[in-house]
Amino acid sequence: MTKAAELAKMGEVLTNSQLGGRRNIIINGAMQVAQRGTSSTDIGASGGYFTIDRMMLDFSGTAGRLTMSQSTDAPNGFANSLKLDCTTADTSIAAAETGFIQYRIEGQDLQQFKKGTSDAEKMTVSFYVKGNGNATYICELYDADNARQISKTFAVTSSWNRVVLTYDGDTTGAFDDDNALSLYILIWIHSGSNFNSGTLSTTWTAQTAANRAVGGSSFFSSTDNELYITGIQMEVGEQATPFEHRSFGEELALCQRYYELIGKAGGGDVLVGDYTTSQQTIYVNSNFKTEKRASPTVTKNGTWDVGGNGVQPEIYTSTVHGFRWGMSNVSAGALSYAINDPAGTNITAESEL
Amino acid sequence: MNIINAQYVHDTLTSVNTGILATIDGTEMFVPLDPANRHYQAILEWVAEGNTIEDAD
Repeated sequence: MTKAAELAKMGEVLTNSQLGGRRNIIINGAMQVAQRGTSSTDIGASGGYFTIDRMMLDFSGTAGRLTMSQSTDAPNGFANSLKLDCTTADTSIAAAETGFIQYRIEGQDLQQFKKGTSDAEKMTVSFYVKGNGNATYICELYDADNARQISKTFAVTSSWNRVVLTYDGDTTGAFDDDNALSLYILIWIHSGSNFNSGTLSTTWTAQTAANRAVGGSSFFSSTDNELYITGIQMEVGEQATPFEHRSFGEELALCQRYYELIGKAGGGDVLVGDYTTSQQTIYVNSNFKTEKRASPTVTKNGTWDVGGNGVQPEIYTSTVHGFRWGMSNVSAGALSYAINDPAGTNITAESEL
Repeated sequence: MNIINAQYVHDTLTSVNTGILATIDGTEMFVPLDPANRHYQAILEWVAEGNTIEDAD
C-alpha cells in the first residue's frame, strides 16, 4: 500500500469508526456537575435526583438508607466520583424490593445503535468502580420502548478498577426517535427474589423479572458498605475506548437540558419588581440558558425577601424555552419587589426523564 | 413520587389553565400540562388512583 493509500485508509477509520466524533453518550459521566448539591442523606424511601446531575437513585420497599455524595476519591485522571455510603442496613429483603443507580436516555440519542434492525450495533458500557471490599453488582440495559432487557454482572473490590461490559446488538424492537425515555442503564445494588430468583438474562430478551438481577450483592447488607463510581461511558460497538473527557462548561450545558438553576440559592441575584400605580400582577419572562427536553417543572424554593408591597413570587407558565413568573395582586403605590436573598431561595427548572 | 395535593393554575394573562401547583415529595412546584413532563405523568397516575386535581382559585 502506498503512503497516500495508508493515509486515506487512516482517515476513513478515523471518520467512520468509534474514534471519530463524540463517542460517549453519557452526560456527566465523570460526575463533575452537581447542581442540586454535593451530598444528600437518608436516601432509600423513594427515588429521585439528589446530587450529581443525571444520576438518579431509585428504591422500592427497602428499609436500607444511604448517603449519596460527590466524592473527590477518584481514579487517576478524574477529579470526582459518585459515592454511596450505607447508613442503615436491610438484611431482611422482601421479594419486591429494589435499589439501583439509574441513568435514563432519550430515544433520539440512541438511533446510532440501529436497534431493531438486522444491522443492530453492540453497546459497550464502561466505568470505574471501587468499594469497601469485594462485591458483585448487576448492570442492566432496559429498553423502555419494547420492555426488553439484558444484564451483566461486574465485580467491585477495594481498589479502583475499570469495568468494561459489551452487550450484543438487539435486532428486535427499535428505539423511538423522540425526546422520551427509551433506555435505562440500571446498576442494581439491591434486589428481592422477584428479581433474582431465575437465571441472569445475558442476551436481549423480553423482560422476565426474576432474570434481571441474579447474582448481585446487596449494598444494604452492612453499614460498612461503600460504592464509588465514575467515568461512565456508553458507546457504539464492542471496543471500550478511553473515557471521553469534556470540559465542565460543556457538561454543565448538557445537564441543563434536564435541570437548571435560576440564581444561586440565597445569592440575591434574581429579582422581580415594579412600581405599581394600581393593584396589579407583575409579570416577568425569563429564558432558560438551555432549551429543555420538555416543558419543565419550575419550583420557587424558599421564602424570598420582599419589599414595598411585594409578595412571594409565583410561576404562571413554563415551556422548553423559558417561564413566566411574577407577583400576583400587588397593591398600588410602592416600588415592590421580591429577591432571592435568604439562604435556600432560588428557582429551579427540571425536565428529567 | 409522593403527591400530597394538586391544584390547577389559571393564568390571568391568557385565561387558560397552564399548569398544576402540586406538592410532590414535600416540595411545592409548578407542573406544566406537558405529557412528556415526569411530574405531570405522575400526577395523571395519581388521578387514575382516584385522586382529584382541585380547580384553580
